[in-house]
Amino acid sequence: MKAILTVHNLASELVTTIWTPVFVAIFLAIVAYAFWPRNKAAFDEAAHLPLREE
Amino acid sequence: MSQPSISKSMTIGESGLAVVFAVTAFLCVIASAKALDAPFAFHAALSAAASLAAVFVIINRYLDRPAALPPQEINGRPNYNMGPIKFSSFMAMFWGIAGFLVGLIIASQLAWPALNFDLPWTSFGRLRPLHTSAVIFAFGGNVLLATSFYVVQKSCRARLAGDLAPWFVVVGYNFFILVAGTGYLLGVTQSKEYAEPEWYADLWLTIVWVTYLLVFLVTIIKRKEPHIFVANWFYLAFIVTIAVLHLGNNPALPVSVFGSKSYVAWGGIQDAMFQWWYGHNAVGFFLTAGFLAIMYYFIPKRAERPIYSYRLSIIHFWALIFLYIWAGPHHLHYTALPDWTQTLGMTFSIMLWMPSWGGMINGLMTLSGAWDKLRTDPVLRMLVVSVAFYGMSTFEGPMMSIKVVNSLSHYTDWTIGHVHSGALGWVGFVSFGALYCLVPWAWNRKGLYSLKLVNWHFWVATLGIVLYISAMWVSGILQGLMWRAYTSLGFLEYSFIETVEAMHPFYIIRAAGGGLFLIGALIMAYNLWMTVRVGEAEVQMPVALQPAE
Repeated sequence: MKAILTVHNLASELVTTIWTPVFVAIFLAIVAYAFWPRNKAAFDEAAHLPLREE
Repeated sequence: MSQPSISKSMTIGESGLAVVFAVTAFLCVIASAKALDAPFAFHAALSAAASLAAVFVIINRYLDRPAALPPQEINGRPNYNMGPIKFSSFMAMFWGIAGFLVGLIIASQLAWPALNFDLPWTSFGRLRPLHTSAVIFAFGGNVLLATSFYVVQKSCRARLAGDLAPWFVVVGYNFFILVAGTGYLLGVTQSKEYAEPEWYADLWLTIVWVTYLLVFLVTIIKRKEPHIFVANWFYLAFIVTIAVLHLGNNPALPVSVFGSKSYVAWGGIQDAMFQWWYGHNAVGFFLTAGFLAIMYYFIPKRAERPIYSYRLSIIHFWALIFLYIWAGPHHLHYTALPDWTQTLGMTFSIMLWMPSWGGMINGLMTLSGAWDKLRTDPVLRMLVVSVAFYGMSTFEGPMMSIKVVNSLSHYTDWTIGHVHSGALGWVGFVSFGALYCLVPWAWNRKGLYSLKLVNWHFWVATLGIVLYISAMWVSGILQGLMWRAYTSLGFLEYSFIETVEAMHPFYIIRAAGGGLFLIGALIMAYNLWMTVRVGEAEVQMPVALQPAE
């Protein structure tokens, strides 16, 4: 079957192609956020959260 | 007459729910009278009775309560809502024993088929979904409800959102279990594994689940603690994903609104793919994400140590979220599913090994500096061994998803063994550990009735698991090898019935293992019962206040 070029087909083609790099980029951003040196103190604090509740 | 400043009146929730349940009772009576099949008539009548009971309870509760609703805080400290948590903890223990018992019965049926009694209601085909639903959704589900409502309140330092809503969630969920379970015995099923309940039970669960999501979300929104603790992220992922899976897998058209039978919208291989997208993510988000939330809260709490690496917990969370959703096709290797989809499922399953072990290491290393507590605290030991089983079964799972391994393991008892090392070892033990912590906290007790009994529970249940999974490994691999054995002339070496016969001793060992696991749960139920009945109360505090822990 010959593919018909429409705006919809083009859009869906684009979406199905780019979600992989988009998801990888989001994930890498999360990893960077987790390891960002400035966030370290806040995360160390959060690790103690179950121990310091009332 | 002028109104006093706090005149007592029904809340919108109370009056609204009472009216809705009254109308529901009326509609259910009509549905019961017009029902096309007996199970549907029974379920409609059951729903009518439950709706009437709900109206009665709501009005009675209103008449008994003081004019003002419970305050959000007392003396500047959150006024935690423990009622629904106690209810779910109790139901978890009840359904756990029921589910383990039915498991023992069906394991014995496989060893001695006469135990089917030649009756439809007690046949393996009907009892098997009763077992799986009772242990996963009834036992596991109530553990998740109880712990999530506890953890979200404590880690947000806020009272649970809603007045009737949390009760609607816990009671409504257990009513869903009742309808689903009695349905299986009466032969009502849409024949989708782990999604057997028919359309009307599915609709009811949808309403309950959306309410659950709202209660959980609103509690997080009104939190006093600025940071959203990682356990809440795991619980939220569990709640949201189960909603999506439930809606995706279950769209069905009933033959009649007065009958139990329906037809699922999806057909052929799309239906199979939807089913295992649902099925595997029920493992990933119900049996994993939800119980990882328990791990991230209860292990630090019990060990009195901070989480080993909070950064790793963030990566653990997002890696699971990104990867798990793609693993479903490994249930459909060598079927009509396109080859590339099978390979995709296999690849993502193997990648899942990384976050799983990252999480396991994070849980285990939280004990660094407190390893000695394993000798003295059997509850902590149970929690830690559960994480070890998590590591073991999340290593085994990716291995079994590899196509060549799967060609041997699929359809054999190896799968059953794998599932139970995860279910008994990981989900079971982490749930037991959490309940052993939660019951004294929720009932305001100093500690458990007997740590010695916890120790007995631990060893009896561990022995049971070892018997169970080792019997199934041997049986499964034997079965797989016998199925693929050829003679020198190219004929199959064994008839199917010969492979069944070879399984017999392993089925007896498996039933013995399951029996030990059940005995362990009975010891636990006694221990928890005595904790609530005769346990020493924690240091006296003003009413409705939780003591500092």
